Amino acid sequence: MQQEKAVGSVRTWEFVVAAIFLAFGSLVVYESRRLGSQWGSDGPQAGYFPFYIGTLICISSFVNLYNAIVKGDHGPFVKWGQLRMILIVMVPCVVYVALIVNPLQSLGIYVASALFIAFFMRYLGKYGWAKIAAVSVGTVVLFFLMFEVWFKVPLPKGPLEAAFGFA
Amino acid sequence: MQEINSLIGGFAVALSWFNLMLMFAGIVLGVIIGVLPGLGGANGVAILLPLTFSMAQQPGGATSAIILLSCIYWGALFGGAITSILFNIPGEPWSVATTFDGYPLGQKGRAGAALTAAFTSSFVGALVAVLLITFLSPIVARFALRFGPPEFFSVYLLTFSAFVGMSKGSPFKTVASMMAGFALAAVGIDTVTGQLRLTFGFTELLKGFDFLIAVIGLFGIGEILLTIEEGLEFKGANAKLNMRVVIETWKELPKYWKTSIRSSVVGCMMGIVPGGATPASFMSYGLAKKMSRDGAKFGTGQVEGVVAPETAAHAAGTSALLPMLTLGVPGSPTAAVLLGGLMIWGLQPGPLLFIEKPDFVWGLIASMYLGNIVGLIVVLTCVPLFAAILRVPFSIIAPVILVICAIGAYTVHNSMFDVWLMIVFGVMGYVFKKLDYPLAPLVLALVLGDRAEDSFRQSMLLSQGDLRIFFANSLVGTITTLSLLLVFWPLISKLIDVARGRRAHTHDKE
Repeated sequence: MQQEKAVGSVRTWEFVVAAIFLAFGSLVVYESRRLGSQWGSDGPQAGYFPFYIGTLICISSFVNLYNAIVKGDHGPFVKWGQLRMILIVMVPCVVYVALIVNPLQSLGIYVASALFIAFFMRYLGKYGWAKIAAVSVGTVVLFFLMFEVWFKVPLPKGPLEAAFGFA
Repeated sequence: MQEINSLIGGFAVALSWFNLMLMFAGIVLGVIIGVLPGLGGANGVAILLPLTFSMAQQPGGATSAIILLSCIYWGALFGGAITSILFNIPGEPWSVATTFDGYPLGQKGRAGAALTAAFTSSFVGALVAVLLITFLSPIVARFALRFGPPEFFSVYLLTFSAFVGMSKGSPFKTVASMMAGFALAAVGIDTVTGQLRLTFGFTELLKGFDFLIAVIGLFGIGEILLTIEEGLEFKGANAKLNMRVVIETWKELPKYWKTSIRSSVVGCMMGIVPGGATPASFMSYGLAKKMSRDGAKFGTGQVEGVVAPETAAHAAGTSALLPMLTLGVPGSPTAAVLLGGLMIWGLQPGPLLFIEKPDFVWGLIASMYLGNIVGLIVVLTCVPLFAAILRVPFSIIAPVILVICAIGAYTVHNSMFDVWLMIVFGVMGYVFKKLDYPLAPLVLALVLGDRAEDSFRQSMLLSQGDLRIFFANSLVGTITTLSLLLVFWPLISKLIDVARGRRAHTHDKE
C-alpha cells in the first residue's frame, strides 16, 4: 500500500480548534462586557451569565491549547483519500442547498433532491440511468406525498411543481 | 396505591387504536433509524419532531405526539443491537459493548441467538426502568415541587458536572464543548432585558440557534461524514431468526438472571445521571466479565456478554426519561430532544407536569410498557427486513439520508438559513468527533441554556448576587457540593492515583 499523505497532524488540528474556541470565548466575553456583565439597577444585566460562560470557554481552551502543543498526537488527522471522499459529499451538498435557495432561480427542494440523489448514484455507485431515475424520482415523489399531501407541511417548491399546479 | 390508579388511567389514554398505530409506526421507524448510518435516536426524533407540531395542537394530541416520538426512541435502542451483531457496526454509542460478544456469536452462526438475547434483555432492562419510573417519578416530582430557583440551578449544575466528572477524555474539552452550547443558547433576544445578545447585527441570528438544527447537523451530517471517511463495506452475518432459535435462546436466558439483575441496576442508576447509557453498557459488560463463571471466555461469543450491555443500555436509555419528566433535566441527547418537543408543544416540563397534565404523563408512562412490548414483537419478527436495509448500497442510502436531514432542518422553522446552519454544524460535528470533543454536553447545554440561565438569575436576584445562596439550606447545599465534587473528580482521582503511586513507589524502594 502506498503511504497516503495526511492533511495536517492531529496536533495541528487540535491547536486550530482550540484556537477557534479561544477566539469564540473571547468574543462572548467581549460581547458580555459590552452588554454589561455587572449588577444593574434591577438585577443582573444581560451579559451577567454569558460572561461566566465566555470566561470558562477561554480558560478551558487555554488548557486545550497547552495540551495540543505539549502532548499533541503527531499522527495524521485525515488522509487525502478520506478528505477527497468527504469533499465528494460536501461539495454536492452545498450545491444542493444552493439550488434550492439562490437569488436567481430556485429549483425547489424536490427537483434539487432528485438531482442530488441522481448525482450520487451516478458518480459513486455507477448505476445505469434507468435505475437512477427510478430511485431518485421514486424517493422524491414519496417525500412529496408525505409532506405536501399527508402531513400538510409545505416545502420550498420551484417551477416544476408550479407547472403541476402546486404553489 | 395511587400510582397504580394513575397508571390504569394512563393505559386508558394510551390504548386507543390511533395511539397503538402510532406506537407501531414509531417503533418501525425507530428501528430503521437505529439501523441506518447517520441517523440515530437523537436526530431521528429531531427530524420527525416538526411533523408533530400540528398533531400536538389537537386535544390529547400532545400525548399521541410524545408516544410517537418516544417509540422512535425505543425503536432506535432496539435497532442499535441489530447492526452491532450482524455487521460489527454499533448503530449507537451504547451498542459498542454489544459488538464484543454479539459479533463473534454472529460469526459462529449463532446470530439468531445473539439477536434474541439482545432484544429480550433490552426488553427486560427497559421494563425494570419503566417500573422504576412508574413508582419513583411521582415521589421525585412531589419532592421537586418544593424546589425554588437555587435548587433547580443546582440540579442543572449537577447534570453538567456529571458530564465533566464522567467524561472519558479530557475534562477541559468537555467543558469547552458544553460552554459553547451555553453560549450558542444565549444568542438572540434576551428574554429578561429584551437586549440582543451575540447577534452582531445579523438578522438571521435574532431567533437564536435551534437545538434541533444542531442535533440534525452534529449527529446526522457529522456521522455520515465519519462513515464515508472510513469507507463503507458492509460484510454482514446472515440474519435468520426463526421461532425455534428464539425459544431455544429463551430457555437459555434464565441462567443469566444474576447478570440481568445486576445490569438493570447499573443501567437504572447510570441512566438517571446524564450521559449514562454508554458508560452503563461498558460498566455492566465489565462487571459481568469479572463476576461470571465464564468470564474468561467473554469476547469470543458468549450470550451472557450480549445480555449484560444490552440490559444496561436499555435500562439507562429508558430511565433517562425519569429526570426529564420530573425535573425537566434530560439524561441523554434523545431525552433532551424529547424535552425540547414538550416545550414546543407548550408543555412545561418539571414537577408541575404531574399535577397539571396527569393524562399526558401517565399516558406516556403507560405507552412505555406497551411500546416496549410492541417493540420486542416487531424486532423479533422483522429482523431480516431491517438487516436488508443495511444491504442497500451506500451510494443510494447516503444521499437519501442527507435529503431527509435537509428537509428535517428546513421544516423546523421553514427557513433555508437553517439548512446552511445544519451543514456548518455537520462539519463541526465531524471535527469534534475526530478530536474527541463530546457532542452530548453541547446539545444538552443548548437545550437547557435558557432555563439554567433563568434559574441562575432568579437565584441571584433572591440573594442580591450572593453565591452563597447555593449553600443556603441542606438540600441545595448537598446538590451543589455533589456537583463540585463531580466537576473536580478528574482532578481528585488523579491526586488519589498520584498518592497511591507514590506509596507504591516507596514500597518498591524498601
